Amino acid sequence: MRAAFILLVGVCVVLSSWGRCISVGKGKAFSSIRSALSASHHGDTLLVHGGVYTEGNILVDKRVLLLGIGMPVLDGAYKYEVLTIKADGVVVRGFCVRRSGMASLDDPGGIKVMDANDVVIEENRLIDNFFGIYIQYGKHCIIRNNVLEAYGKEEQQIGNGIHCWKSDSLQIIHNSIQGHRDGIYFEFVSHAIIWRNLSCRNLRYGLHFMFSNDDAYVGNIFRENGAGVAVMYSRRVSMMNNCFEQNWGDAAYGLLLKEISDSHLQGNRFIDNTSGIWMEGTSRMQILDNLFKRNGWAMQVQASCMDNAILRNNFMANTFDIGTNGSVVLNTLLMNYWQRYEGYDLDRNGFGDIPFRPLTMFSAVIERKPAAMLLFRSFLVQLLDRSEKVFPSLTPENFIDTKPSMKPWPLW
Amino acid sequence: MIRIIRFIVIDILRNRMVLAYAVLLAILSWTVFGTEDSAGKAAITILNVVLLVVPLVSLLFATIYVYNSAEFIELLISQPVRRGHIWISLFIGLSLCLMLAFLFATGIPLLLLADAATAWVLILTGCVISVIFVALAMLAAITSRDKAKGIGVSMLIWLYLALLFDGLVLFLLFQFGDYPIEKPIVLLSAFNPLDLARILNIMQMDASAMMGYTGAIFRNAFGDGPGLVLAFAVLMLWAALPFLWSLYIFKRRDL
Repeated sequence: MRAAFILLVGVCVVLSSWGRCISVGKGKAFSSIRSALSASHHGDTLLVHGGVYTEGNILVDKRVLLLGIGMPVLDGAYKYEVLTIKADGVVVRGFCVRRSGMASLDDPGGIKVMDANDVVIEENRLIDNFFGIYIQYGKHCIIRNNVLEAYGKEEQQIGNGIHCWKSDSLQIIHNSIQGHRDGIYFEFVSHAIIWRNLSCRNLRYGLHFMFSNDDAYVGNIFRENGAGVAVMYSRRVSMMNNCFEQNWGDAAYGLLLKEISDSHLQGNRFIDNTSGIWMEGTSRMQILDNLFKRNGWAMQVQASCMDNAILRNNFMANTFDIGTNGSVVLNTLLMNYWQRYEGYDLDRNGFGDIPFRPLTMFSAVIERKPAAMLLFRSFLVQLLDRSEKVFPSLTPENFIDTKPSMKPWPLW
Repeated sequence: MIRIIRFIVIDILRNRMVLAYAVLLAILSWTVFGTEDSAGKAAITILNVVLLVVPLVSLLFATIYVYNSAEFIELLISQPVRRGHIWISLFIGLSLCLMLAFLFATGIPLLLLADAATAWVLILTGCVISVIFVALAMLAAITSRDKAKGIGVSMLIWLYLALLFDGLVLFLLFQFGDYPIEKPIVLLSAFNPLDLARILNIMQMDASAMMGYTGAIFRNAFGDGPGLVLAFAVLMLWAALPFLWSLYIFKRRDL
């Protein structure tokens, strides 16, 4: 009983020192966020009521909870960085941040987090900013349920949606990003998860990923981005259950893998891309259970790739299933389903008895002479492909799936 | 002249050959749309039909018809009709029938089931190709009195344009691959109506993005509005030149 009493008193003491609640808005205790912030202490809550706040740059250097009520608008008037967070544990929720300044030297953003840990940015709308949410030197930050929209026309005149630099253990969950340069940009970020985001119609990449090890992105949708998704110079990246769709263009890829190793690519869908996956300098990757449908090239595996395992994928209705640029084959293709496969299965074990050659002669020809693409779908080319299938001469002899599946794998 | 055209058209339709051709095309088109899993792929298959079957049938049928109507032509020449008019009527009648067969058989499923832009370009190229190959057939028929030789020549034309030409292009690509030959190669495609038609159609389809640098050159030359008109003008030229040549021979020939 005594112990319980002491506990109760303790809780009361803690609660009373927890922080005050400060209202900001027309007719409230404070009319501007800046003045409210300068009067606040660590642990305070700022209730910002609806309205437009054009206050230039708002610097948050105390651990406060910024709570928007009725979507208050923070306007940067195309001149300032709107919200700068330099304190640990800040929470920003329910704001509309718009019209940040543009500058290529200090990269102003809608919300920028500098040298701060455990920051939570959630349920905000970021409209027409240069950079949307910018995190540098942040740890354990959460970016959740935000909507980012920009109207970039040219790559050099717009920043990235969610830009993360030299950070660690970030969680980027369920955001929607469109019209920026790169939807999500990662450089030197480790142990982060990117989960259930929608990144579409960005000018360059839906997701741009460099020098970032031990990260995962799961269940995202990347659609109609200028050049798809690029993952470069990283190790131990898990990419699972994402959709890469409709990235059409002369230099567009569903997924560009460059200098990636020890990574895992499973359960993704690549639909209607010029190239589903373009991989170069990629090694020790597991590529499993993916669906490749209606792509120009399902996969372009450059000869610089080695020790990758391509297993149990479905290749359907692609113009070319595989393209490559050399004759060296150091990767394993096994148990994939190829819609083009014309073999038979006499022993009824579910796998074809003769190996499948995913490389057509024409794909080998255009790799050497790209101008030959002018003969695309010509009758002669179809004849040559047929004869190549019977007597391989141009395509690498050992580029085969020795155990092609007879039926498509039941993927989602 | 219109009376002669009408007579020829009725004669061709009574022949039932064109009817069989139309039925074949129709069965092909409808089954293609029924079995392919996407309308885009079906359009590509139909493109292959347009580039192979349509020229072949147009060539063979027109050549044989011209030979078979030799007596009818002689009869007409004894009448007070201008010589040129007879040949022109023959050309228009044949083209009209083959175009109609193509339109009914392939045009309807295309318009109903395929994407509109793709369908229109395909239909237009199909019609133009029918006309081009009727013109080529008439040229082949007029150059020789021997029926077997004439049919042989038209078969050679088909073989050359549908197959050998592409082989030649591939050969040139490999021989001169070290030089910047993309532009000459695009220009070369104008020398084969089937290549020109094929690339024009592929440009309308999704696959255009795969064509890379060469595709971009082609798009600059023939892709956009005025370019498309230019491409069709080149195709028209392909119909006009062989026909005018055959007309010239026909007018001067001692029958």
